[in-house]
Amino acid sequence: MKKKLAVLLTGAMVMATLAGCGGASEEAAAPAAEAPAAEEEAPAAEAPAAEEEAPAAEAPAAEEEAPAAEEEAPAADAASGDLITVGIINNDPSESGYRTANDADLKAAFTEENGYSASFAYGNPAVGNANEDQVKAAQQFIQDGVDYLLLSAADTAGWDTVLQDAQDAGVQVILFDRTIDADESLYAASIVSDMDKEGQTAVDWLASQNLDTYNIIHLQGQMGSAAQQGRTKALDDKVAAEANWNMVEQQTASWNAENAQQIVQSVISSGKEFNVIYAENDDMAKGAVAALDAANISHGVGKDVIVMGFDCNKWALEELLAGNWNYDGQCNPFQSSYIDDVIKTLESGGTPAEKVIIMDEKGFDATTITQEDVDNYGI
Amino acid sequence: MEGNVVLKMRNIHKIFPGVHALQGVDFTLRKGEIHALMGENGAGKSTLIKVLTGVYGKEDGDIFLDGTEGAVTIHSPQDAQKMGISTVYQEITLCPNLTVAENMFIGRTEGAVQNWKKMNADTDRILQSLDIPAKAAQQLGTCSLAVQQMIAIARAVDMECKVLILDEPTSSLDEQEVEKLFKLMRDLRAKGVGIIFVTHFLEQVYAVCDRITVMRDGKLVGEYEIEKLPRVQLVSKMLGKEVDDLSDIKSETKAYQAEKDAAPVFEAEGLVSNAGIKPFDFHINKGEVNGFTGLLGSGRSECVRAIFGADRVTGGKVKMKGKDVKIAKPLDAMKNGIAYLPEDRKVDGIVGDLSVRDNIILAQQVLKGFFKPFSKAEANKVADEYIKLLNIKTASKDTPIKSLSGGNQQKVILARWLFTHPEYLILDEPTRGIDVGTKVDIQKLVLKLASEGMSVTFISSELDEMLRTCSRLIVMRDRKAVGELTGDDLNQGTVMNTIAGGDK
Amino acid sequence: MANSETAKTSNAGFIKNLIRNQCFIPLAALLLLALFNLIADPSFFRITFGYNSAGNPVLSGFIIDIINNGSELAILAIGMTLVTAASGGQDISVGAAIAIAGSVILRVLCGGNARPETLQAPIIVAFLVACVVAMLFGAFNGVLVAYFKIQPMIATLILYTAGRSIAAWINNNELPVISDPRFAYFGGFIPGIPIPTPCFIAVACMIVIAIVLKVTNLRLYTQAVGINQSSSKLNGLNPEMIKVMAFVILGLCVAVAGLIKVSRVSSINYSVIAKDIEMDAILAVALGGNALSGGKFSMAASIIGAFVIQCLTTTLYKFGVSSTALPAYKAVVVILLVIVSAPTVREWFSTLTKKMKLSKEVA
Repeated sequence: MKKKLAVLLTGAMVMATLAGCGGASEEAAAPAAEAPAAEEEAPAAEAPAAEEEAPAAEAPAAEEEAPAAEEEAPAADAASGDLITVGIINNDPSESGYRTANDADLKAAFTEENGYSASFAYGNPAVGNANEDQVKAAQQFIQDGVDYLLLSAADTAGWDTVLQDAQDAGVQVILFDRTIDADESLYAASIVSDMDKEGQTAVDWLASQNLDTYNIIHLQGQMGSAAQQGRTKALDDKVAAEANWNMVEQQTASWNAENAQQIVQSVISSGKEFNVIYAENDDMAKGAVAALDAANISHGVGKDVIVMGFDCNKWALEELLAGNWNYDGQCNPFQSSYIDDVIKTLESGGTPAEKVIIMDEKGFDATTITQEDVDNYGI
Repeated sequence: MEGNVVLKMRNIHKIFPGVHALQGVDFTLRKGEIHALMGENGAGKSTLIKVLTGVYGKEDGDIFLDGTEGAVTIHSPQDAQKMGISTVYQEITLCPNLTVAENMFIGRTEGAVQNWKKMNADTDRILQSLDIPAKAAQQLGTCSLAVQQMIAIARAVDMECKVLILDEPTSSLDEQEVEKLFKLMRDLRAKGVGIIFVTHFLEQVYAVCDRITVMRDGKLVGEYEIEKLPRVQLVSKMLGKEVDDLSDIKSETKAYQAEKDAAPVFEAEGLVSNAGIKPFDFHINKGEVNGFTGLLGSGRSECVRAIFGADRVTGGKVKMKGKDVKIAKPLDAMKNGIAYLPEDRKVDGIVGDLSVRDNIILAQQVLKGFFKPFSKAEANKVADEYIKLLNIKTASKDTPIKSLSGGNQQKVILARWLFTHPEYLILDEPTRGIDVGTKVDIQKLVLKLASEGMSVTFISSELDEMLRTCSRLIVMRDRKAVGELTGDDLNQGTVMNTIAGGDK
Repeated sequence: MANSETAKTSNAGFIKNLIRNQCFIPLAALLLLALFNLIADPSFFRITFGYNSAGNPVLSGFIIDIINNGSELAILAIGMTLVTAASGGQDISVGAAIAIAGSVILRVLCGGNARPETLQAPIIVAFLVACVVAMLFGAFNGVLVAYFKIQPMIATLILYTAGRSIAAWINNNELPVISDPRFAYFGGFIPGIPIPTPCFIAVACMIVIAIVLKVTNLRLYTQAVGINQSSSKLNGLNPEMIKVMAFVILGLCVAVAGLIKVSRVSSINYSVIAKDIEMDAILAVALGGNALSGGKFSMAASIIGAFVIQCLTTTLYKFGVSSTALPAYKAVVVILLVIVSAPTVREWFSTLTKKMKLSKEVA
């Protein structure tokens, strides 16, 4: 059985590697700067799969593979001496464009040139128990004796013990992007987006359009996620408060463009009137627009339907620039500069002014957006 | 209970729907003896064992156990175990991923708490006392099959059993392993355990047993002391034929005789497969009917499976009509004009949910190729033709084969192979479990095919059928070809003598 | 008198045949859903003709939505039926495999640049590369199942868990967007043709599989292997190869479905594209009355099953049932199906009908 499993794992890895070769050979045209990133990602893509199987049989192949990816950093530290070691625990970059940008931002910021030696670990909910994998990675980092542990937890619960361990081991913890249910004393700082504020900004912008009536199709994200709750709340409150704001359809499309397309198709087919699409991410807005196009319903600046999205994907901002969409709310993935500030403060012996740091987040209007905005804020 | 008897079964009856499986069987087991239970397929051995171990209930009869007043009723295997009747089956029923000690004690602890230390110590003591080369803390799966078998026996013995049933425990062991097992059995005998030993291997019976009970067709044939029952007698009792007065009776219908100088259609030299048979030589001429005979488990099916490439062939050379060919898988054999009707119709023959029509065309369709399916009309025509030719009784050609009777299923499989127009047809137990009329039909058909020039190898448990149809018999014993009989030697006496072997 | 009698029996025979036909249950389910919609809101059946924003004629309406959105599922049901029949198990990695196929298509079209101005390769090339990749992954699953004798669900669990990561990594975690309108034809409309393209692709797949089943022994071989592997082997078949072939065919279906999926939005989201579609595909096979333990199958019934599921989904969307609640409704359907097809219930049913007949005769 063990043998079979090992063969199987090896097979899976060979497949992955082969696929990698195919990708890499076509890569030649890509900018050189991207190459290291690609290399670092290769083990990440394999590791979750390997870790999944490993506990069952403790296949040696898997064990050799996973720590190898993580151990690079401390070794580098020993050699150069004065680098600050950070262990970064994030969610899988394939989760969304937001996460991809977030990961890329962190990788660009915590480099040796900037005085850091960083190692990365990911939890991937599509693969298994993301939180558990993250906890394991955190324990590994603490054992390796990193200076800082940067954490974007998959789940809000289950972190107390690990954070206590970190504190006991003298490892400073900085949360980014997502908060957790743990005592504030267990971490040095938390850098987050305020989803409620994002929603409020968007709804305020919508109110400023001064339509006679608002007939809204509301496409929600994965129910229960922080982004969904924050972005839904502001709109729900407004609809409840204003007589001329009507919810034509409120339905979760689970961040999925296709589901969104089907939902909007369904609304169109049933002949209901609407003039606003409030999608809680860009993908869903895109799906909705595909349904509008098919039914020849005009959308965008000065057209029949207002289209709103979130996350500021570059392609979404381009749609804004072209006037096809009306609004896109930012969910700032660029936390590295904030984290860098906090670490610099802590290194110099100070404490951050605020424990919870809320990032600046913009809302872009199609009528005012510029190419510069697209380049700077698009992810 | 008198003397040293530990188990007495009297007048046991068991009736299944349509079958009177046990008809007033008696069985007696004494303290400190190894008692062989012998019989061919369908004799009722396993039914008797299952009645004894509480798997089946019985319609009539009594079971007496040493130390218990009056007849006992055994409701379940657990019951049987409590009364001191333990069984070790052919397949090992222990858990390979647990340790030896855990396997010994699994399901036997009364309380929730387990004293591991004591359990391991006890296990080691038992293993030592029985001279079994294993350690308590060892994982069972790391032991050899024989040792696992012995541990299963140790577990049974340790549960204070008076009656130990060994159901074909040697079939997956090699010679040395069998020897080890026998030593353990003799040790237990010395300790006073009564052992019931079910096996197909004659040599083993004579190597280790004290007494033999023979059954046939659900009835008791008799109980014999081993010294007083020569092998040939045993074989004759199992097959239900008398040796003496049959020796000179030739079968009434003379077997079809091939022309003397006919060229061999198929030849094999030193053929051996991974199914545990010894290498054998074999040939068959054009228009000849020959057969493999021997007791169940003697390796006769394995031989023909090796010829057809149904098992993995591990050595030997084969020739078709004088030309070297390679037969590694059934398709190779089929392409060389060999057809094989397998022994186990349900498992290897029918494709249950498919229609009679699809079952008939299957083999020829495979030969024809993936991209050349028979049209519906062609298939229907073929099906009609063979249904008529073989007189297959089916509601329609679209009826799933599984809803046909055994005999008609067999005819469909036969039709399947006839449709491939083979030069060499192998029939392994084509007459088992089917009605008498069909049996005769099939034998007639075999002779007719041979007269038309087809070579046929015929295997049957019923010696009569073999003698009636075959002009040459290869005799198998303990997975080895031990003789080849032709001409005047083709009579029951010689055949049984050869099957029994030895000088007794 | 005698005439009317024979008419009656032949009539009864017809109904009996109809009920026994495998397509009966999924068709009945489809009719039931249609009836429900007809009563609840007849506008469900309205099909309107209009023009889309590009000025091309399009048909729209719930029926069109169902046929359009059910296309991928119907295509997958074809492959899943074969895999189920041959291996007696199901492939749960098709969603992840679609992510991979879609990702490959985008990778080839974009040539490494996430937002190319022009296509870097012809669409047909991208599609063929995706076919090859998806079939390779199918072969991988098939080899695990056939040669390593791993339970299909367990074997495909590997790709199920790793697939989306592989998909993301093929494109370096970028989210490519294709701006060329021609690429959107496959998931949308071809200018001048008012029927959604996925419908044509699905119909094409159905025709292809119908022809394949007609001119090859695919049906006989997969069924024989699924019913009795040991017997098939002795009849000269190679059961392992046939199982691998079934998985490879499913791989091809995955590539086609992947093309439609990425074309619908001209982009990809690795973690949600074709999410849970494997369950729907398996459900379609089960709804079609095919034994999930393998053996005989009806391709038509599976395909109808796929549209039943899409019909259910669209109906629930129409009535504003939260899409998170969809799985619960599907679960109810599954439970009903399992109960209806359980041997004990069937027995009970047949004795009941016998009794009814008997009482009729007595009367």
